[in-house]
Amino acid sequence: MFLINCPFCGERDQSEFSSGGEAHIVRPKQPTELSDDEWAEYLFMRKNIKGIQFERWNHVHGCRKWFNVVRDTSNDKILSVYKMGEKPPVNYK
Amino acid sequence: MPNYRIHKTEYIDETKRISFKFDGKTYFGYEGDTLASALLANGIHLVGRSFKYHRPRGIVSCGAEEPNAICQIGSKKDLTEPNVRATELELYEGLQASSQNCWPNVKFDIGGINNFISPLIPAGFYYKTFMWPKSFWKKVYEPLIRLSAGLGKSPTEPDPDIYDHKYVHYDVLVIGGGVSGIIAAKMAAKNNLKTLLVDDKKILGGSTIYQNNESIKIDDKLSSEWLKIEIQEIKKLSNLTIKTRTSIAAYHGYNFLLAKENLTDHLPEEKKKNKIRQRLWKIRAKKVVIATGSIERPLVFNNNDRPGILLSNSINKYLDYYGVTCGENIILFTNNDSAYETSISLHKKGIMNTIVDIRKSASSELIKQAESLGIKIYFNHVVTNTFGYRKINSLEIMKLSEDGNTTVGNKIRLSCDCLGMSGGWTPMVHMHTQSGGKLDFRDEDQVFLPRENSEDQISVGSCNGDFDLENIIDKTVNKINKFLDIDNQDYQDTNIISSKENDKRNIWLLPNKIPLGKTKCFIDFQNDSTAKDIKLALKEGFRSIEHVKRYTTTGMATDQGKLSNMHALGIIADTAGVKMGTLGTTTFRPPFTPLTFGTLVGRNVGKFFEVVRKTSMHEWHVENNAEFENVGQWKRPWYYAKNGENMHDAVQRESKAARDSAGILDASTLGKIDIQGTDASEFLNRVYTNAWSKLAIGKCRYGLMLNEDGMVYDDGVTTRISENHYLMTTTTGGAANVLSKLEDYLQTEWPELDVYLTSVTDHYSTASICGPNSKKILNKLFPNLDLSDENFPHMSFKEDKLENINCRIMRISFTGELSYEINIESKYGHSLWKKCIEAGKEFNLTPYGTETMHLLRAEKGFIIVGQDTDGTMTPSDLQMDWIVSKKKYDFIGKRSLYRSDTIREDRKQLVGLLTDDPKEILEEGAQIVSNVKSKPIDMLGHVTSSYFSPNLNKSIALAVVRNGKTMKGQKLIIPMENKNINVTVSDTIFLDKENKRLNA
Repeated sequence: MFLINCPFCGERDQSEFSSGGEAHIVRPKQPTELSDDEWAEYLFMRKNIKGIQFERWNHVHGCRKWFNVVRDTSNDKILSVYKMGEKPPVNYK
Repeated sequence: MPNYRIHKTEYIDETKRISFKFDGKTYFGYEGDTLASALLANGIHLVGRSFKYHRPRGIVSCGAEEPNAICQIGSKKDLTEPNVRATELELYEGLQASSQNCWPNVKFDIGGINNFISPLIPAGFYYKTFMWPKSFWKKVYEPLIRLSAGLGKSPTEPDPDIYDHKYVHYDVLVIGGGVSGIIAAKMAAKNNLKTLLVDDKKILGGSTIYQNNESIKIDDKLSSEWLKIEIQEIKKLSNLTIKTRTSIAAYHGYNFLLAKENLTDHLPEEKKKNKIRQRLWKIRAKKVVIATGSIERPLVFNNNDRPGILLSNSINKYLDYYGVTCGENIILFTNNDSAYETSISLHKKGIMNTIVDIRKSASSELIKQAESLGIKIYFNHVVTNTFGYRKINSLEIMKLSEDGNTTVGNKIRLSCDCLGMSGGWTPMVHMHTQSGGKLDFRDEDQVFLPRENSEDQISVGSCNGDFDLENIIDKTVNKINKFLDIDNQDYQDTNIISSKENDKRNIWLLPNKIPLGKTKCFIDFQNDSTAKDIKLALKEGFRSIEHVKRYTTTGMATDQGKLSNMHALGIIADTAGVKMGTLGTTTFRPPFTPLTFGTLVGRNVGKFFEVVRKTSMHEWHVENNAEFENVGQWKRPWYYAKNGENMHDAVQRESKAARDSAGILDASTLGKIDIQGTDASEFLNRVYTNAWSKLAIGKCRYGLMLNEDGMVYDDGVTTRISENHYLMTTTTGGAANVLSKLEDYLQTEWPELDVYLTSVTDHYSTASICGPNSKKILNKLFPNLDLSDENFPHMSFKEDKLENINCRIMRISFTGELSYEINIESKYGHSLWKKCIEAGKEFNLTPYGTETMHLLRAEKGFIIVGQDTDGTMTPSDLQMDWIVSKKKYDFIGKRSLYRSDTIREDRKQLVGLLTDDPKEILEEGAQIVSNVKSKPIDMLGHVTSSYFSPNLNKSIALAVVRNGKTMKGQKLIIPMENKNINVTVSDTIFLDKENKRLNA
């Protein structure tokens, strides 16, 4: 059970949050211009890596804000949190 | 009656005699006893039958690792509990326990025949035998297996006990109150850290607390005396909480742990009443010290499972702690020094004992002490067989060959009434691995040890592979100082004398002249798996330890292989010729010992099981005989059983009244989202498939919301209240998800939009009045409101007051009738409802529930998202292309609507079905086919909604059918268990295609 440091509220139990999968997948601005394959890439394909992963989380039973989390999926350590729109920390790649 | 309690100890209060029953017979014990120690004091070893072969089994250990002595406690239907370890259950007055897995009784058990046919039931027996004939599975094999499976009996009535949950935060949690745990807790607490120390036993002190060997001393005192002073000291520390009878069940990530505290299990029944039985502690600790100790290993030899065969150290604890000897002529069989402590203790109390040691020789202090006491030691010998059916009465030993691979010389028969085994020690690394820690293998004494890998947890003491007292104390102090970043000097001058030498000669499967196939060398006592089974699994090609475990069921019983896993690994490693370190272990999963469901659910039972949401009109529905339906957490009236009628009759009456005159529905549960902001219209354009910019103020519009994959997600009517203000309604079940989805897009994809969302579902109550007379009723309620079609047409909105209270009134319809929805602040909801009912009396205004609502909308072919759709339906599949804007550049899901898969013509599409026999009502979920003769039958789709319509006097249904759009008029078949129902594909709208009733 993680402790997640919500950038708006501070450290809270995982049960207050919901996970929103991989972060930094931007919805295409002109979907109609995309081929089926390109659209499928956006819609379905996710990295799901073992190691350092950028994820979206929502403080759903708190401030309801979405934010980003850098998590090492191999040991569940959360390395960083940052707000939507902020650039991902560069030291995790 | 024999009495094996041979001396007094400070842990047994002989002034407090306790009577208890075991298998119906009354015995006596004392306060301080466990059920196991009391049974042993009465000379009872035989306590159960084994799972598979029904072999007689006795108490093996004195703690959580016990595989055999698991009992059924009590006999009441609501309070009886199976699989309770007699070694952990504290004795109380009136305790009733019985042995499990035997019939008619433990001494004569019919199932014992399995022991004699055991060559016929090897590992994997079930997989191999019950495969064929196939038809036998359901009627013969499964019932038979179910009859003989399982340990003990579950209670058959609800648990009346009270359970509790508690959340706590600590700086340091110390698991285990043995010598290293006590030192760690003291160091942490004295350094001003808020500390919690838990131990599963009644008192602290672990195995040192009854240690009385003169060769092990601390500060010139017996180690037990020294520890007692330490315990007195830590009890005075103000920021240390000590919880005994508390065991950690699970160690999750981020130092989140679950502990079970036993509060009343040791009390007589009358004292248990109205008290909390067990409490589940949910602990967050900044740092965790694991000091869970180690457990002794059995040895694997032929017939090592007879009653009277125990772990050597347990014999010692029964003697020195409980004052009970496990026999009068005891043999100790060992591969290391530990058994010598037991031997010396027994000798001191005058109990005859002999040692069989597989080592060639050894010369530690303990051995010298035993030798000087004249205790007979057989070095380089091995036990090859044991005898005695209900209890061991003798055994055979033989000399080991030079390499230890075989036996040599003559059998020597020794008589005994008890055998102690000591195969060395297994560190309890469960907590470490549960927390995500890895293990390393130490070849020297064949143990898996925690690999330090975290700043947040550490293992100390014998669970870290430190076995002698000096090592334990020194290392614990050093490690804790470093771990907590402190400089504690309390133990700097502590003078410890302990035996450091402990040579060990490890042989996982002891050699025997008898072929393995004819031996019973048990590894897992509780699941009856033997060395032979493991070897068979390897022979049959299983290699992974996880596979061997499942095939042989080794380590899969309620004790989770605490005594057996290491031997299974060892034998696999030896046989396959791989190193144990490379082989690895099976996964250690929570809970460490079984938990009751009661502890896990705590207070969340009965009406606290789940949140119940009720509308403000709820009481009225109850008073008027509503049967309720759960929709999400909401209680919605399903139908109103007037004069005791059944659902069918109620629905026919309600739906007829709604169409003939007037009906009223509590629509408060529909999700309501208040949307405001200068970009509100643009936002709606992006989230709905249709266009919103041109919706006039005061008008309503139906919208369909898709997922990005193009599938229908939700629907509802949204009203434009003012220029930048909308009220969106969603389905009852989808309300929370729709809000989350909208917030997600606003925050992450379109943060530039000026839009604010507020859930107002609970803020407004809604009464929906429909039917040809609804306008007349509205007129009575709102006499000043112009209800003419010109002023207040279909799909529009007005505000008016009902006795000074603001109401929002929408003229919208989910039934196809002229219909109004009145929204009012929830605190006035009940009063609004009653006023509607009062005003509607002269028009037979009939309250109707969700079932009638479903019927009325189905007559009109309106979909219910989640009933007629299942996340694979596009608007086009629903024949709702009309609601998808062709002009809008983009909206959620638009691009997916022309993916190659979504434009396939043979997708399942929504159609109407009419049964050839109009009285026949289809079953929702029934499969639809065109031909019942072809094999396999081609499934075309299924029925999604089905009703008998009183207004049409025939059965109607909605269904999804492959290529359904092109099939109108075609005959299809619904094959049911006893018959085939013939149907014809129809339009989805069954009633009033011209929508005349909306303006009736």
